[in-house]
Amino acid sequence: MTSQMLRVAEVEVLTPLVKRFRFEHPEGKTLPLFSGGAHVVVEMEDGETLRRNAYSLISDPQDGSGYEIAVRREDRGRGGSRFMHTKVSEGDPLRVNAPVNLFALDLRARKHVLIAGGIGITPFLAQLRQLTRLQLPFELHYAARSRAEAAGLKLLPQAPMIQVHLSEEGNRLDPGAILAHQPLGTHVYTCGPEGLIVGVEDAAQRLNWPKDVFHSEAFLSPPPGKPFTVTLTRSGLTLTVAPNQSLLEALEAAKVEIPWSCRGGACGRCETEVRSCKGRIAHHDHWLEDAEKSAQTKIMPCVSRFEGEELLLDR
Amino acid sequence: MTMQFNDETFRDDYTYRNSPEAIRRFPFPFDQDSYMYSVNLEPHAGGREGTPFNKRFDVDEHYVSEMRDRAITLADDPLRCQSLPHMELAGWDFLELVMDSKAEDYPDLFSLTKDGDRWHWVNRPLGIEQRFTFLDPTTLPCGPLEYITRQTQGDHALLDQREGNLWMDAGMVTSQADWSLDFDVGMNFFEWHAPVPKAHEMGIFQRALKFLLALPLSKPSRRLNWTLTVNPRLDTSPENYHKWGPEKRTVTPENVGAKQHLRVELQTLWRLPRSNAIAFPIRGYLASMEDLTTLPKWGRRLHRVLRDLPDELADYKGFTVNRPMIVDYLSKFDDGVPTSAGIYPDETGL
Ligand code: HEM
Ligand code: FES
Repeated sequence: MTSQMLRVAEVEVLTPLVKRFRFEHPEGKTLPLFSGGAHVVVEMEDGETLRRNAYSLISDPQDGSGYEIAVRREDRGRGGSRFMHTKVSEGDPLRVNAPVNLFALDLRARKHVLIAGGIGITPFLAQLRQLTRLQLPFELHYAARSRAEAAGLKLLPQAPMIQVHLSEEGNRLDPGAILAHQPLGTHVYTCGPEGLIVGVEDAAQRLNWPKDVFHSEAFLSPPPGKPFTVTLTRSGLTLTVAPNQSLLEALEAAKVEIPWSCRGGACGRCETEVRSCKGRIAHHDHWLEDAEKSAQTKIMPCVSRFEGEELLLDR
Repeated sequence: MTMQFNDETFRDDYTYRNSPEAIRRFPFPFDQDSYMYSVNLEPHAGGREGTPFNKRFDVDEHYVSEMRDRAITLADDPLRCQSLPHMELAGWDFLELVMDSKAEDYPDLFSLTKDGDRWHWVNRPLGIEQRFTFLDPTTLPCGPLEYITRQTQGDHALLDQREGNLWMDAGMVTSQADWSLDFDVGMNFFEWHAPVPKAHEMGIFQRALKFLLALPLSKPSRRLNWTLTVNPRLDTSPENYHKWGPEKRTVTPENVGAKQHLRVELQTLWRLPRSNAIAFPIRGYLASMEDLTTLPKWGRRLHRVLRDLPDELADYKGFTVNRPMIVDYLSKFDDGVPTSAGIYPDETGL
């Protein structure tokens, strides 16, 4: 993996739950440019534990002077966001991996409609700068519960094609209404809670939009769960995965070589063969086919977990 | 040391020649005495000094003449360069990558000065000086992809990434081993690879695609591919098969060493920053059997590889008709002595 040590140049509180972080090169060097929708993996040394979390880049993709992310504090998560919120301050060094884009704009589109819910606004903040720079037609809809919780409000420019929907103010986002009058050749992108993504997909289907114009990113962070034991056939190790640890993190902590990229069940890099499974794999990824999931012959260690007697992996 | 550029042709009278130095640095593709397809990808992060692996975009003694040959092919057939409308940004990305790399790697040949979006490019070997505005196509004589690939050796494909696949949506292809951009444009990774034997069943394309979809920024990869070509011809396209196909019949035991060329492609893979597309330069190198057998290790090994190559591969690469003659010629350079590991000849300091 390509990573570099960057310096935390700014920390800004956007809402009680969301902070913005800006990273710069310690010697002021230019960082590689990226495309809207890209994410970086940030590495955090939390005592004994090395955490690696993926965050969408929110800064201008054309600006290599720094990378910015927005982190929502998840108190029920595995601890990565809590670490960012409580232990990281301006001037700290942090290891950041090169940007990867699994949620890129489809530049064939005649128009781009971006629909965000909550912290799902993050990939769109970079995309909207890219679209503006390329002078491509777009509209952006941002849904949040209340003004106080809407971190995006501080980061979005004022513009007629940017609309904010605050349910507390009686202005709920209605995917059907947004999609109903779009020109042919429009692509729709959505990121946010599962309910929103399903709502937008349903609306697109009802309007008979072709499948390949619908794009979504469910920002997956590995869900915590009950501890479980796993045995590795090649390295001959037996490990216990802790409640707040992903299987991938447990493998890394045991120094087992395993490739990864998105750490969110989307890129396929960590795919691992299951040699034996007595129990049930909780598949949380978007990578494996349904048939592969039910066969229980493959697992994506970055997000998936296990419950049962025995799990043997080819690692 | 300033580079000397050959004045040579790749058609009609075929005056193409390799200097001893060009032979010594030839990217010989066989690291053992046999060959089969594999996912042969490695980081494109430099290589031994003087070899074609050393620089990001290798420039050699054939540069000026190759660009002249490309211009002839394009004048006959403008469809050798195509870019679907959504690929223009990728074209700019690629233009920047090449200009940055060449200006840094060959400062005596190329220079690039940026003042915001106002750029000034100087290409000394081709006598080009251009001031233009980055991302403004009206300030260049042609599209960004065509502009930069008229000044960059090798063919180039730009792949759009979407729906978990790569799509060949732009390219400049004038020196291909019998495939056509006009035919492949708009196809995905599996579609354009459909004619290749064996590799699909071996799972090579599936694994290679997975790797490419996750190709990171600033971490290019490379692989070598090869075929055999009669005469040092760059344009071995299906469109012009009637011009070069019959030349296979002109090979005789007397001229095979001079006429039969090994054609090696150094293929590199680059994630492009703004467009998230992948650039795939296919840089070709040609050397005759006579050239290659001046290095004993290569003579021995080439004989063994071509003698033992599976028939499907020889058929696909199009040299089945002349294979007995080629192998017979090479057998004279194979005394049965074991060869050392790796691609480099034993005799040179490389
Ligand atoms: C994404 C960039 C790539 C492009 C644009 C590309 C394009 C092509 C094309 C046009 C052909 C000729 C097919 C024909 O006969 O019509 C070809 C052949 C082939 N490709 Fe690729 N390719 C790419 C990447 C790869 C990679 C990463 C691998 C393997 C690791 C690979 C393996 C092969 C092989 C084995 C052949 C047959 C070559 C021969 O025997 O001469 N390609 N490719
Ligand atoms: S790391 Fe991307 S799917 Fe697991």
